Amino acid sequence: MTRSVSGPSRTLPQYGALAAVLLANWLLFPDFFSIRLQDGRLFGSLIDVLNRGAPVALLAIGMTMVIATRGVDLSVGAVMAISGAVAATLTQAGWGLAPVLAASLAAGLLCGLWNGLLVAVLRIQPIVATLILMVAGRGIAQLVTEGQIVTFTSPGLAFIGSGSFLTVPMPVVITAILLGVTALLVRMTALGLMIEAVGVNRLSSAGAGVNTPVVLIAVYVWCGLCAAVAGLVVAADIRGADANNAGLWLELDAILAVVVGGTSLLGGRFGLLLSVVGALTIQAMNTGILLSGFKPEFNLIVKAGVLMVVLLLQSPTLTLFLPRPANPRPVRAPAKPESPSPSAGA
Amino acid sequence: MTDPTPTASPPLLAIRGLSKAFLGVQALDGVDFTVRHGEIHALLGENGAGKSTLIKTLTGVYQRDAGTVTLEGRAIAPRGVEEAQRLHIGTVYQEVNLLPNLSVAENLFLGRQPMRFGLVDRGAMRRRARAVLMPYGLSLDVTAPLGRFSVATQQIVAIARAVDMSAKVLILDEPTASLDTQEVAVLFKVMRTLRSRGIGIVFVTHFLDQVYALCDRITVLRNGRLVGERRTAELPRLDLVAMMLGRELEAAAHRIALPADDAEEDARPPLVRFRGYGKARSVEPFDLDIRPGEVVGLAGLLGSGRTETARLVFGMDRADRGEAAVDGRAVRLRGPRDAIQLGFGFCPEDRKKEGIVGALSVRENIILALQARQGWLRPLPRRRQEEIADRFIRLLDIRTPHAEQPIQFLSGGNQQKALLARWLATEPRLLILDEPTRGIDVGAHAEIIRLIERLCADGMALLVVSSELEEIVAYSRRVVVLRDRRHVAELRGGEVAVDRIVAAIASEPAVAGEPRP
Repeated sequence: MTRSVSGPSRTLPQYGALAAVLLANWLLFPDFFSIRLQDGRLFGSLIDVLNRGAPVALLAIGMTMVIATRGVDLSVGAVMAISGAVAATLTQAGWGLAPVLAASLAAGLLCGLWNGLLVAVLRIQPIVATLILMVAGRGIAQLVTEGQIVTFTSPGLAFIGSGSFLTVPMPVVITAILLGVTALLVRMTALGLMIEAVGVNRLSSAGAGVNTPVVLIAVYVWCGLCAAVAGLVVAADIRGADANNAGLWLELDAILAVVVGGTSLLGGRFGLLLSVVGALTIQAMNTGILLSGFKPEFNLIVKAGVLMVVLLLQSPTLTLFLPRPANPRPVRAPAKPESPSPSAGA
Repeated sequence: MTDPTPTASPPLLAIRGLSKAFLGVQALDGVDFTVRHGEIHALLGENGAGKSTLIKTLTGVYQRDAGTVTLEGRAIAPRGVEEAQRLHIGTVYQEVNLLPNLSVAENLFLGRQPMRFGLVDRGAMRRRARAVLMPYGLSLDVTAPLGRFSVATQQIVAIARAVDMSAKVLILDEPTASLDTQEVAVLFKVMRTLRSRGIGIVFVTHFLDQVYALCDRITVLRNGRLVGERRTAELPRLDLVAMMLGRELEAAAHRIALPADDAEEDARPPLVRFRGYGKARSVEPFDLDIRPGEVVGLAGLLGSGRTETARLVFGMDRADRGEAAVDGRAVRLRGPRDAIQLGFGFCPEDRKKEGIVGALSVRENIILALQARQGWLRPLPRRRQEEIADRFIRLLDIRTPHAEQPIQFLSGGNQQKALLARWLATEPRLLILDEPTRGIDVGAHAEIIRLIERLCADGMALLVVSSELEEIVAYSRRVVVLRDRRHVAELRGGEVAVDRIVAAIASEPAVAGEPRP
């Protein structure tokens, strides 16, 4: 499954940026790569980057496919708040873990369905369509929590945020699983091709028989699901739901992660793993700035500077100077002579 | 038809030797064009004739390379539509270029509102707006937003604005394209009134019936050159069509006679059958049968409903009347997906916008329709995709370095072949081709025509739209001729010849002088 977006020269900036940020962190903070095992769980700055980066990475997985269809989902932060609010409120009301998780994920799916219908059926511009839920979603979350910060003490739910599986923190495990499932879903089926086709040219795709409304609805639903998972992880971590602040502005970090990962906002080719790499790059930068002891005022400026370098490295004008990939497979010669009729047996 | 009295004074508008090139392509080449006081002058030509370049150069949207423009004997060189308007040349486009959210009155006086004490005098504006619209027979609420009215009304408001701003020359660029019969009649009345007031009207249209109903003179352009200027009364339709298409009619009748078994062939059941199929404001209801192993050509001038017919057949546009049947069974074509399930394929006229998926590879473009028909849950294995792509790249001789090349980097002809491959991979029963040879080089052109003939011999049914009449005649068993959004003739067998097609395009409508329905 070599996609042009993941070809060696095209992915260099993404992995290079992550490596450079990690290297800088190591120079500033020699203990950066040290990892220790304590109480059956891994600890260390690197683990911290993975763990703290999980929510944005989760959002970025869903956002990648939305952006690949030439859309954007501004509501993911608000959907996180909704799913967290649902989980916390129902847990406090005495529901078991399984129904809580189901209800919370269903809330995310429903939000995604709403966005998808607005974009695919009513043909509202994605940025406007998802703005509705971005604004309304936080209100919905506040209605669910009745304006309170709802806390809970369910060890089962808290495990999702702070537990570990085979020494790896649960948020990291969950992110890896969701990444794997999503990748299988789009790359082992024809969904990936259709998402890219719709993103590049919706009219042509529809003319070729691609069911464009269904493809669009599917990506927004999946994006809603990813946001709900992220919301669960955050709520489980702090053992409570803060409808005002959970996931606040994270939609912007998620979009940034996708862009840093090299998926164009103009739609088309996408790389799920690269978006996660983008999310981790951003998180590594945050962690590094924190560790370095820079004044907090500098944080945003340093972050902006580094991101600009990454984006410049991806600009088509600059990529002209980078080494080109070797020519892919040439057109194969026929194994045996065949009928000259083009309509014979495709 | 009232002819203006010839006078010694200079004509209203005289364009002499106008030239304009874009990146070395000569869009206008030494064109002369004259508009006299009080005449309606049709400016006609097919695609790429240079009509819109002429208008845009005249109104200063483009700067001319050579030539002179004089208005009542005075040389002018406007540098924009606004300046052209000040120089008494008003332009109204098909898509009205006014502001739909502002009121009618505001639109009429935008940029020149009556003022009092430094403020817009709304009362005066309303009164003057009503007065301006009165002669057009429009009495409407001038404070209502313009967008609330029909396109026809908006157009008349645009005309009224241009005339009120002292236009002497009024350019109407396809004003009737989206109007219905009644609205066209109203517009024509307005145009005749303005003519009687001495205004010179340049009328760009694709509807020949309207030209003969209204215009005093006709100027025809072709490939950026002037073909000629004639009085409408002295120019038979047949000659006009020949001028537009650029054909010597005597030389056109050459074709190998088909076997005389047409009657017998026609007895075979058709693959697809349309009865009373049509769509309001797109194409009038038509009947159409297509049999396996048969190429049916759709011929007509630009805007005659050729493309619209093709799009209805594929379900790209949805018909609002009539019935469709495949293999004798009634079907509904609600969209391309329905058509593809029935075994149809469609190569659209605008390859770039509606055909190719530019950033995806040649391989992905070729397998897209097949994959879409199979559904997303049954992906074609990569190996299979490569086999299909390679086979068609060889078979159709698609010039690409490799199957992974993004299709947008291929030449037009190779993109077209890749689109054909996309449909051939689905083994279609009916292939609809809209202008399959437009904008592609000579070599690919011949290959595509050979391919059409071969597919037909293999038993596929084809419906082909083309402006190239020789081409249509070469491969079609039957030719449906369209004029003014209506199927006006069906030629078969020995009748399929360029002169017959031209004659059908030029044929008089049943009721002469009536505007197009």
